[in-house]
Amino acid sequence: MSTYLTKRLLYMLVILFAASLLIFCLYALTPGDFITGNIKLTAERKAELREIYGLNKPVLERYGLWMKDAFHGNFGYSLAQQKPVLQLFSDYIWNSFLLAAVSTFLTWVIAVIVGVISAYKQYSWFDTLVMVAIFAAMSLPSFFIGLFLIKILAVDLKWLPPGGMITTGSNATGLAYLKEVVRHMTLPVVVMVLLGLGSLTRYFRSNMIDVLQQDYIRTARAKGLKERKVLFTHALRNALLPAITLVGFELPALFGGSLIIEQIFNWPGIGQLYMKSFGLRDYPLLMGFTMFIAILTVIGTLLSDILYRVADPRVRL
Amino acid sequence: MAADSKLTKLQRPQAKLQKSSLFRQSLRKLMHNKLAVSGFGVVVFMFVLCFIGPFFSPYTDNKINMAMMNKAPNLTHWLGTDALGRDILTRVMQAGRISLTVGLASMVLSVLLGALLGAIAGYYRGLADQIIMRVADLLMTIPGLPLLFIFGALLSEWKIPTDYRMYIVMLMLSIVNWPGLARMVRGQMLSLREREFMQAAVVLGLRDRRKLFGHLLPNIVPLLIVMATLNIGGAILSESVLSFFGLGVMPPTPTWGNMIDAANNMIDFQDHPWLWIPPGLSIFATVIAINIFGDGLRDVLDPKQKR
Repeated sequence: MSTYLTKRLLYMLVILFAASLLIFCLYALTPGDFITGNIKLTAERKAELREIYGLNKPVLERYGLWMKDAFHGNFGYSLAQQKPVLQLFSDYIWNSFLLAAVSTFLTWVIAVIVGVISAYKQYSWFDTLVMVAIFAAMSLPSFFIGLFLIKILAVDLKWLPPGGMITTGSNATGLAYLKEVVRHMTLPVVVMVLLGLGSLTRYFRSNMIDVLQQDYIRTARAKGLKERKVLFTHALRNALLPAITLVGFELPALFGGSLIIEQIFNWPGIGQLYMKSFGLRDYPLLMGFTMFIAILTVIGTLLSDILYRVADPRVRL
Repeated sequence: MAADSKLTKLQRPQAKLQKSSLFRQSLRKLMHNKLAVSGFGVVVFMFVLCFIGPFFSPYTDNKINMAMMNKAPNLTHWLGTDALGRDILTRVMQAGRISLTVGLASMVLSVLLGALLGAIAGYYRGLADQIIMRVADLLMTIPGLPLLFIFGALLSEWKIPTDYRMYIVMLMLSIVNWPGLARMVRGQMLSLREREFMQAAVVLGLRDRRKLFGHLLPNIVPLLIVMATLNIGGAILSESVLSFFGLGVMPPTPTWGNMIDAANNMIDFQDHPWLWIPPGLSIFATVIAINIFGDGLRDVLDPKQKR
């Protein structure tokens, strides 16, 4: 196990190193930067600013400097916001986390309940309905369903606010603030749950169907156990266990924000920060964000593999 | 003579039975799955509508008609008109041509790339495997959406003519999609190459090319068909996201994604929903139909992988 872990960690570092090189080159190769886009500056001032930010140096040297800073915990300095990238991340990330955590939690709860019931009543009308709903959820264009719900629920019916985290100009505190945030996050959470529900429900449904066909379920029934006991203590636990490996894959989504949803709902999260900076070509921030997600993805995959081993000791790593 | 014809008559039903092949069996099974058949029906309908429909529309030239600006759906314009007086129904059909083509073409590209590279990696192992799979790992580490956004921005900066963007978008989507496919094909290859029939192929002294294309690849074709079908839906969705954010296929080439771009305009979003709801529903209908059909195909062709 420990040799596996060392090997794995080394490989992770190599992959991350390669990823950082690729990410840097992609952004560095994109013609035009934050300074080019600003028409208010004179040519001399632009050259001066390039000098200050080190944009006139060769790409490889810039990459070296970037990496050196990154190892010192400095992920660069946002040109548009004039703040360190890391500080911006810590300002915005918790808004993203709030949205992601609530919707992930709801998605898992609903997916388990619906998946288990439809597996238990396989081929019933409920199951068929669930299957169609699963396909519908997996086929939703995320931005379109977001816009559609804003149009109906926020613009036409005025039940919920169309976007943002708090009402503009509001300085509510305490319970009133909480209520405001909850009202604002309802729509984005609904959309995120809808989008995530399909594949997860399907996963739990097929897990449960597999488990229900096992011999130990027949044994449990033959012993004369109550159906409820068979279902919840014998079947459900075994059906849920493999899902532990999915936890790792949720990691980038939990902390990385959602580019599309946050942009559509004007949610002040890290995904929207990325989209805003993208238009401005604020490369330090863009590179930092992409690298951040890459790191989360790599850690998430490792976590999944380890959890897989925890869940099923037969798996040799 | 009479006895002869009697004999052939008797034999005929038998001859019919022997004609059953894997393809026929699968087709018969597939026809029993009503959901999958109706999914296929919707897909065919969308293709026919988009590729043949515009020929029956009087508005295909997309002439600017100031007298008919932003009209709500009515009898002459079934889905209304846009800010330039163009018929929305015609535009949805024309956009569908592009969106469906991009989806199909990028699927073909990613499946070709993924199957070929995955097969090489799984069959030859060693250095080729290392290089291909490490590149795949790398591409899977970097988040797909930002990667596509960067490519999209690069295209805009390089001033790629809008006519060509469509082809480059196809390429971009397959660059992001092939690693997953390659990984799966490689896994299949690794298990297939240890089977008895491959040992027989080795004993017979067959060439690599024949082993690969004659014996290994045909065995993963059912799996590839399923993955390819499900991939089309994903490609259509990705293209629409990119085009919606103005980084994919650009106007004047219409796609479903860049038609929904109208929703980025506050007035069109609130007061002219017919501009952006029809293309959105078209994406949804097409992708759901493809997914349902693909799932039906999976049940028939690859019953082991029911997930």
